Amino acid sequence: MAGREQTRRHSQDEPDEGPEPETNTGSAQVSSSARDEETDALLDEIDGVLESNAQDFVHSFVQKGGQ
Amino acid sequence: MTVRRVMGVETEYGITMPSDPRADPVHLSGVIVRAYADAAGPTGALPQGAGWDYADESPLRDARGHVMARRLADNSQLTDVEDPTLANSVLSNGARLYVDHAHPEYSSPEVAGPLDAVRYDRAGELVMHRAARAAGKLLDLDPDASGAGLRLYKNNVDGKGASYGTHDNYLLDRGVPFAQVVSGLVPFLVARPLICGAGRVGLGTTSETAGYQISARADYLETEVGLETTLRRPLVNSRDEPHATATKYRRLHLISGDATLADVSTLMKVGTTSIVLRLIEAGRAPELELAHPIDAVRTLSRDTTLQATVPTRRGRMLRGVDLLQAYLEAALRAYDPATGVWDRDEETDLVLRHWGELLEDLRAEPARAADRVDWLAKLGVMQAYRDRDGLSWDAPRLALVDIQYSDVDPARGLAVRMRASGRLTSLVTAESAAQACTQAPVDTRAWFRGECVRRFSGSVRAASWDSVVFHRGRRAVSRISLPEPLEATREDTSRLFEAAQDVEQFLDSLDPNSAALS
Repeated sequence: MAGREQTRRHSQDEPDEGPEPETNTGSAQVSSSARDEETDALLDEIDGVLESNAQDFVHSFVQKGGQ
Repeated sequence: MTVRRVMGVETEYGITMPSDPRADPVHLSGVIVRAYADAAGPTGALPQGAGWDYADESPLRDARGHVMARRLADNSQLTDVEDPTLANSVLSNGARLYVDHAHPEYSSPEVAGPLDAVRYDRAGELVMHRAARAAGKLLDLDPDASGAGLRLYKNNVDGKGASYGTHDNYLLDRGVPFAQVVSGLVPFLVARPLICGAGRVGLGTTSETAGYQISARADYLETEVGLETTLRRPLVNSRDEPHATATKYRRLHLISGDATLADVSTLMKVGTTSIVLRLIEAGRAPELELAHPIDAVRTLSRDTTLQATVPTRRGRMLRGVDLLQAYLEAALRAYDPATGVWDRDEETDLVLRHWGELLEDLRAEPARAADRVDWLAKLGVMQAYRDRDGLSWDAPRLALVDIQYSDVDPARGLAVRMRASGRLTSLVTAESAAQACTQAPVDTRAWFRGECVRRFSGSVRAASWDSVVFHRGRRAVSRISLPEPLEATREDTSRLFEAAQDVEQFLDSLDPNSAALS
């Protein structure tokens, strides 16, 4: 499905990233041992709606300061 | 005691047009406001040309008892000067939609309690979504083309140094000394983001260090108390601009909070703050004094395990949950019929129940609160990405998730979608939020303002929080003053609106000495 295709595209956008040691997430992190079906479904859904080029989009998201 | 009091939330939305990222945001924000006013029509919004009535605004008056010299003020503080190039509208729900600096801002109508604050804050998201669609049509942007359209974000940072505000406002009795308000509030506000932070990717004002933190605004707060809102941002803002009878009321204007999309987070932000203000008014706030409040804001924001401690002036080390627990216990003592003096009501019950449950979850396993608290909902998504795809905290996709979490468009906005699918707990139905886009709260003066827009848009020359100004004939105006936020409600004035055949008759029927419109 579309979500999976986008996942692969995102992965190509971000070739240099490797895992890093856990720093400050501690007990707030979602249990990583069993990423359940619901989480998979959520990520698939999000993959399907994320802006297509993360790097470009984030780079161009520049706001003026406010109050 | 009740959690109910006059309050309101103002939000400056992030704005971008992906097809032309360098488009002038002031211009785009103006298009947003004008497009919404056009689309809503005269019964939904004051049309272009109607102004904001600045007669009662005083942005340089300081609650600590002095007025800042105008020439010492930064230009961005001079918010009482009408700039004709900037768009402004007042909506039939009593809200103000306008351009603040370089952002479209939705200032909710004043409401009488936290549940309505949530409802009208949600209405603001819908107003902005409708405005973005209408503006896309005005600008002739194809909404279906990839990367086209105007995007609006209910967030507070761009991750590159800019921050823009979400301000929560509370009406207070003028009799409570401001110093007491500050000392009672500061330790609470330092810890408040734990139950209502938006979460943010990036540490430092320009995200110079990779990581995730609880509060979007933490790195942009520089001082405990102050008048400014665009520089040297304070935890407690001292702007003394009550928008009501100045001898009776002050309006507490807090600029340290985050824009929230989870209903329970919004409820917590305004609900727990209102309760803490009751404690302060009653002299029952816990006696806590932090040694370094601004340092403490940063320390707590950067520890998602919630185990970090901050020092009090007397040398105790407390976690953020300990600080919030101390306030909750003081509130429960005051609320308990056996030990307290406060009456009970359902809305206060609701806020205290959520507050207690959240603190319990945050102590046991913070991720349990991911269905109610934005920073945990967002962190849950990001952690899942990190687990699945091995992303580090500086991965562009996590920064994108951070931004897109707050997109107001249900086609893209992650929080809006998580709310629709039930992953985020709702306190307000979609229907009720939609209704609040056009209908004003019935129990504050916002009802009068909204009804004037709905019925007499063409005759309203300007409006503000405490006035509505009508054209009368060619040169004369009538200025209706509304200094009492809990008067000119539907109960007070619906009879007058319904009896009048036209605006002239309506204005003639308003007795300037009546209690409702004194």
